[in-house]
Amino acid sequence: MLPATSASGFLARYDGLTRRLPGDMKRRSDAADILRSFGLPTRREEAWKYTSLAALADENFHEPLTEASGFGPDALPDLSGFEGVPRLVFAQGRLNVAQSVMPEKAIVRGFAQTADFGVLARPERDRLVALNTMLAEDGAIIEVEEGLDAGTLLIVSIGRDMAGTPTAFHPRHAIRLAPGAKLTVIEIFEGAGKYLHNPVTEIVVGARAKLVHLRLQNEAAAAFHLATIYADIAVGAAYEAFTLSIGGHMARTEIHAHLHGKGGHTALNAAQLLRGTQHSDFTTVVSHDAPNCTSRQTVKHVLAGKSRGVFQGKIEVARAAQKTDGYQMNQALLLSPDAEIDCKPQLEIYADDVKCSHGATIGELDPEQLFYLASRGIPAEAARALLVRAFLAEALDAVEDEAARSMLDSVIDRWWQNAP
Amino acid sequence: MLVIKNLQASIGEKPILRGIDLAVPDGEIHAIMGPNGSGKSTLSYVLSGRADFTVTAGEVDFDGQNLLEMEPEARAQAGVFLAFQSPVELPGVGNANFLRTAVNAIRRARGEPELDAAQFLKAARAEAKRLHMPDDMLKRNVNVGFSGGEKKRNEVLQMTMLRPKLAILDETDSGLDIDALKIVGEGVNALRSEKFSALVITHHQRLLDHIVPNAVHVLAHGRIVRSGGAELARDLERHGYAQVIAEAA
Repeated sequence: MLPATSASGFLARYDGLTRRLPGDMKRRSDAADILRSFGLPTRREEAWKYTSLAALADENFHEPLTEASGFGPDALPDLSGFEGVPRLVFAQGRLNVAQSVMPEKAIVRGFAQTADFGVLARPERDRLVALNTMLAEDGAIIEVEEGLDAGTLLIVSIGRDMAGTPTAFHPRHAIRLAPGAKLTVIEIFEGAGKYLHNPVTEIVVGARAKLVHLRLQNEAAAAFHLATIYADIAVGAAYEAFTLSIGGHMARTEIHAHLHGKGGHTALNAAQLLRGTQHSDFTTVVSHDAPNCTSRQTVKHVLAGKSRGVFQGKIEVARAAQKTDGYQMNQALLLSPDAEIDCKPQLEIYADDVKCSHGATIGELDPEQLFYLASRGIPAEAARALLVRAFLAEALDAVEDEAARSMLDSVIDRWWQNAP
Repeated sequence: MLVIKNLQASIGEKPILRGIDLAVPDGEIHAIMGPNGSGKSTLSYVLSGRADFTVTAGEVDFDGQNLLEMEPEARAQAGVFLAFQSPVELPGVGNANFLRTAVNAIRRARGEPELDAAQFLKAARAEAKRLHMPDDMLKRNVNVGFSGGEKKRNEVLQMTMLRPKLAILDETDSGLDIDALKIVGEGVNALRSEKFSALVITHHQRLLDHIVPNAVHVLAHGRIVRSGGAELARDLERHGYAQVIAEAA
């Protein structure tokens, strides 16, 4: 008997594709076995309690047939502010060399050539990662050498359907920083039509290295965006991530951050702006496995219409991780009585000398504040926008890169201008 | 400027204003005094359009416009300004950004060109200096962490920047020390002109030493029970509300 959320459509496509796929076929067939046995996750599983993948099983996704090179420069999103910044452009999950500008200080290889699956992914536990492992065709393997500051690199992903037929693509990326290296990666996800984008990113931050990872999830309105990120953070290293989730019909970003060296740091911040029937899930697992590490999470949701925001944040502190300093704050602003937020913080602490705090607030716009703004002549819409901006400020202020911040600000401004 | 006729308003089922008649001509400043619970703050909120009060009868004419039919922002754009008794804190909203948004919303409504950031900051800094406000008050979040006196001065700063036709000062003097009181008084006096009127709601005569009113009205149980000149405020200070209200009854 097939499980409730069957992966049979994807398995059938895999059977037809096997000869075309690069790399280790054993890994792929193992992943296929996992999906055959367990299917896609269902809401009966704790990690998927608030997010249903049932809609995926209803679609007949096809692998993209358009050549990546078929995308011209007009397919690129607005990249003003990033002039001269190197970029990797992925069209339907495949590297488009013509539109890309290779970085000078980072080494980039294609997954299509190397089939470098990495070592961090857990397909047996994370079945979307099994799906990715089974079907991954391309991706970016990015490496920065010891002690090098490689500046900023953009990764632009453009999704498309094929004349109404939904597509699915499963890029497999890796970002690896050698000890003392530095890099800022800005990912922009955009697209049109209905498609499934299921990227897996493996991140290794070497000793005292620092990766800043900014993600703008602005996928097409009908798209599915299901991203899984594994980050390994070594001694004295830092992984600072920020995700703005504003696009897509159904989205989930799942980050597993593993602090395994003394004095490591991670920040997993996010803002979600949703309306209509959008659903967006931000799920994190921070594992403190070494002493004196810090983790910070500020997650803000602005929910209009019948949208639904989810935050699941788990902090695990191992016995060895003394002097852990963990902080997690989840706040939701509901702009409509039909919007919904589900919040699940989890702390598992086995060390005895730790500082871990978490909190959650859910509220509406304050009528006193709205009246104060109105009494100063500020129209209702502008007053709401001002207060939403103020609500998001704490999460957005973590974005230090000026061009990225200004891009995020303008995307948020457009969200307001297009508000129903 | 402002003509109020038989204004009645309630919160929920409870009537607060029970028939206010009041006219404030162009260029005049009128003081409203009265004991706690007499309806002074309610009057200020009803005039500025706060939603939690229901107007059950009466009318308010503001420069030929039916004020009660207008949204709060339209009233402000038409020239009504309320200096709040308890100014609201806006965490995450910078004071300068807030003030510039307000100034430009009102300029836009009046068909005047908007101020760019540099023009605005120059004007705001000059006003802040006149009100003896430190420069960093423009950089801080609106009213967040402000002392009581700073909040009141920030209200006066907004008033002078927005240049209203009618300012309603709801106990702007409470919480102010003597020096701050003088500064606030000067702020209001600087706006005095034939095109500026004000309703000054206060408990104390002190503020009226600085802002000398054309008329003083005593509000009790939701009605104006006595009106007079500036000397009425001194009478109240000397004899208390009870006697004045009893005499009026």
